[in-house]
Amino acid sequence: MAEFRLPANSRVQAGREHKAPAGASRVRRFKVYRYDPGSGENPRLDSYEVDLDRCGPMVLDALIKIKNEVDATLTFRRSCREGICGSCAMNIDGTNTLACTQAISDINGDISIYPLPHMPVIKDLVPDLTRFYAQYASIRPWLQTRTPPPPPDRERLQSKEEQEKINSPSACILCACCSTSCPSYWWNSDRYLGPAVLLAAYRWLVDSRDEATGERLDDLEDPFRLYRCHTIMNCTWACPKGLNPARAIAEIKQMIAARHL
Amino acid sequence: MGFRSPLGRALGLGSARSGFAHWWGQRLSAAALVPLGLWFMVSVMGLPSTDYWAVSAWAGSPLHAVLLVLLLASLLYHSNLGLRVVIEDYVHGATKVVTLVLVQFLHMLLAVAGVYAIVALSAGGQ
Repeated sequence: MAEFRLPANSRVQAGREHKAPAGASRVRRFKVYRYDPGSGENPRLDSYEVDLDRCGPMVLDALIKIKNEVDATLTFRRSCREGICGSCAMNIDGTNTLACTQAISDINGDISIYPLPHMPVIKDLVPDLTRFYAQYASIRPWLQTRTPPPPPDRERLQSKEEQEKINSPSACILCACCSTSCPSYWWNSDRYLGPAVLLAAYRWLVDSRDEATGERLDDLEDPFRLYRCHTIMNCTWACPKGLNPARAIAEIKQMIAARHL
Repeated sequence: MGFRSPLGRALGLGSARSGFAHWWGQRLSAAALVPLGLWFMVSVMGLPSTDYWAVSAWAGSPLHAVLLVLLLASLLYHSNLGLRVVIEDYVHGATKVVTLVLVQFLHMLLAVAGVYAIVALSAGGQ
């Protein structure tokens, strides 16, 4: 059966409290999930008080400040700090998003920060995305053609309209916010591809230059890989890039319907 | 635990290359249930009385008997498809197959018993 309660060794316990330094003028409390699988201890929720007058505007700024000045053991991924690398995806204030584009001022009260839901945790806010990346590789996310390639000084031509079809799905940064917000992916991530990977598949299905559309649809038409999507729409709600994986999945279902009817 | 590559695990047993029939059947049966359900509600509300003989007389009309069987068939077909998805979502391991089989049998039993009941009712039997 699906597990609706965390196993005993995963239940989150109260953690340590780090008070703001004396003289702090604008204090906000960050409650951060801490877990070190090697320690043998249960996960805990540490709280850190941060003086916002001495901190950048984004949640990632606060995390970096905590790591630099308060607790160097706090572990998280980050790189570009401008919403294009997808490294700092985490669950902030109950929604999966990027810490670098989530403004602290847009959140009321204490700010809770957890790793992306329902993924194995490597440490603290770092989830293990191995399966997610393998699923991405499984859909062959590259151009496949049978027409011989044009000579090196020529391009594969595309009209403006054809380019616009792949414009939006190409903007996916594979941060996994959508897939890890999807209950269907939580319960069946071993077989369901999840919204991010299906959006990537859609990006190649609607690419006018790709000649493997039929094979791609063959691989997707499966009760679990594709049809586990029950249009819950958490994916579209969560996407920090404003993309619409739910619509892409619906359009894949339409394409499969079109070749049956 | 094993040494199979992550990609090998993600590819698994490959695509079943089916799923459209289930998806389409669920939508078709849902569409059929809208007029059939409305007809059933309006008809039952319009009955002069709900005792056995009044209902039997109403179901005795060939049109009503046929529509009743259609309603029952669409309802159970839709329910069978929907419950299958719920079980696949939440039940894992060996219990999944057993549960799927039991639910299929239950729907078949309900369908046959329901059709028999409609036939008996419309024939005015006891």
